[in-house]
Amino acid sequence: MKDLKFYKFILVVNGLVPLLLLAFDGSRGQLGANPIEFFLRATGVLTLLFLLVTLLVTPLRKGFGWNDLIKFRRMLGLFSFFYGCVHLITYSIFDKSLNVPGIVADVIQRPFIAVGMIAFIILVPLAITSTNGMVKRLGGKRWARLHRLTYVAAVLGVIHFWMIVKSDVFYPAIFGLALASLLLYRLYVILKTKSVQARAVGK
Amino acid sequence: MGSDDYSKIDPKGITPESLYLNRRNFIRAGIFAGTVAATGLTYRLFNPGTSTEAPSETAETQPTPQITVAGEKVNSFQDITNYNNYYEFSTGKTAVAKKAAGFKTRPWKVEVGGLVGNPKTFDIEELLGFGQEERIYRFRCVEAWSMVIPWMGSPLRRLLDAVEPTPEAKYVAFQSAYDPRQMQSSFSAGIDFPYVEGLRLDEAMHPLTILATGLYRKPIPNQNGAPIRLVVPWKYGFKSIKAITKITLTDTEPPTTWNIANSDEYGFYSNVNPNVDHPRWSQASERRIGEYGMRETLMFNGYGDEVAHLYEGMDLKKYF
Repeated sequence: MKDLKFYKFILVVNGLVPLLLLAFDGSRGQLGANPIEFFLRATGVLTLLFLLVTLLVTPLRKGFGWNDLIKFRRMLGLFSFFYGCVHLITYSIFDKSLNVPGIVADVIQRPFIAVGMIAFIILVPLAITSTNGMVKRLGGKRWARLHRLTYVAAVLGVIHFWMIVKSDVFYPAIFGLALASLLLYRLYVILKTKSVQARAVGK
Repeated sequence: MGSDDYSKIDPKGITPESLYLNRRNFIRAGIFAGTVAATGLTYRLFNPGTSTEAPSETAETQPTPQITVAGEKVNSFQDITNYNNYYEFSTGKTAVAKKAAGFKTRPWKVEVGGLVGNPKTFDIEELLGFGQEERIYRFRCVEAWSMVIPWMGSPLRRLLDAVEPTPEAKYVAFQSAYDPRQMQSSFSAGIDFPYVEGLRLDEAMHPLTILATGLYRKPIPNQNGAPIRLVVPWKYGFKSIKAITKITLTDTEPPTTWNIANSDEYGFYSNVNPNVDHPRWSQASERRIGEYGMRETLMFNGYGDEVAHLYEGMDLKKYF
C-alpha cells in the first residue's frame, strides 16, 4: 500500500479528535453540569467503539476485499486500550480519589465495576503482545488464539455499559446489536468452513 | 513509440518533481482536513455540547442567593436548569431543558381528593396563594450526584389541611401530567407514564415537605417541574414528583413509578441513606455538581435531626 505511514498518521490524528474535543469543551465549561460523569461516559463509549471497529476489520476485508485494512487493526485496538486507560484513570482519580482499597472494594461489591475491570484487564496482555516482535515470539497461531480474548472483552464491555444504565437501554442495546452482528458473522464463517470441509472429506 | 523509449517523451509533458510533490501534499492536506472534519462532526452529532447561548435573562438578573445550607454553596441557575431527570421529555439529563421549553403550564389544575372531607380541584393561581417562601435544600439524586437548590414554595401541609384528610387517610398519592403530544420521550425510557409517587401521610405533613412553584425567586422553569412539584429533601430526587395534576389521599401504600419499574432497586421510602447501597452502585458518597471529587452522603441527606423520628423502630434496610 502506498503512503501507509501517512494513512497511519491520519488514523492517529482522527483517533485523538474525540479526546481533543472533550478537552476543548471541558476547558470552556461545555461538558454540562457534571463534566466528570460526561467524560467518564464518553471515554467508556470510545473504548467500546474502537473495540467494535477493531472487530469490524476482518468482515470488511473478507466481504469487500479491503485487505489493506489489516495494517490499521493494531492501531484501532490500541486506541481502544488507550481510551480504556483514560476511562479507568478518570474513575480512579475523580470517583475514588486514588484510594486503592476503595477501588478493590468497589470491584468486589459492584458487579458492573467488576465486569468493566475484567474487560480492561483482558485488554492489557493484548496491548502488550501487539508488537511485531511479540507476534513472532508467540508464533502466529498462539498469538491469534490469545487475541480471541478481544471477543470476551467486547462482550464484557457491552454488559458493563448495560448495567450502569438506569432504565433507558437504547445505547447499550445499539452496541449489543453491533457486537452480536460481528459475532454472528464469525459463527457463520466457522459453520461455512466446517460444511465445506465436511463436503471435501465426503468426496 | 516504444514503451521504453522515454527519450522521446516531450519534456514539457513531464510534471516537474516540485509540482508533483506539491500536488501530493495538497491531496494529503485535503485528506487530513476532510477526515478530521468528518470525525469532529460525527463527534459533535452525538455530543452537541451544552448551549453556548448567553445565560437566560432569569439567570443573569437573579442575584446568587447568599444563604447557604450549612455553609454549602448554592448551585448555579445554569446547572440546576440544564441537568434534569425528566423522562417524560428525555432520558438525557442535558436534553430536557430544550425539549420541555414549549410545555404549556397554563391553565393548570390540581385535583385533590380521596380520603378527604373537602375534595377540591385547585387552580394553579390558588396554589400560588398558599405562599412563596424560599427553601434552600440539598437535593440528592439516586444516581449519586447532588445539588443545593433555592426553591420557592409552600409546605404541602397547608394544602392538605385545606382538604381535611379523614382519619382513615394514611398515605398521599401524587400523579404527574402526561401529554404525549407535548412530551416525546424515548420509546426505550423504561418507566410507565403518567409518573406516580407517594408519601406516608406523616411524611407529607412534615414541615420540610414543600410544593415548589419557584426557583431562584422566579417561577419554576419547565424542566424543573413547572408549574408545581413536590420537594422532599431527605429522600432521593425521584420521590419529588414534577408537574403535579392529581393528589389523592389513601389508606394503602400507593404505587410509585420507579418501584414498579424495578422493585429491587427502588423502594417506596427511598430515604437518602449512605448505609443502604443501590444494588448496582454505592450510596455512601456523591458528586456535588460543581465539584470534581466525591463527598460523603449524609443520613437523610443531612435532615436527620428533623426527620429521623418518623422512622423510629423501622428497619431501613428492609424499608429502603
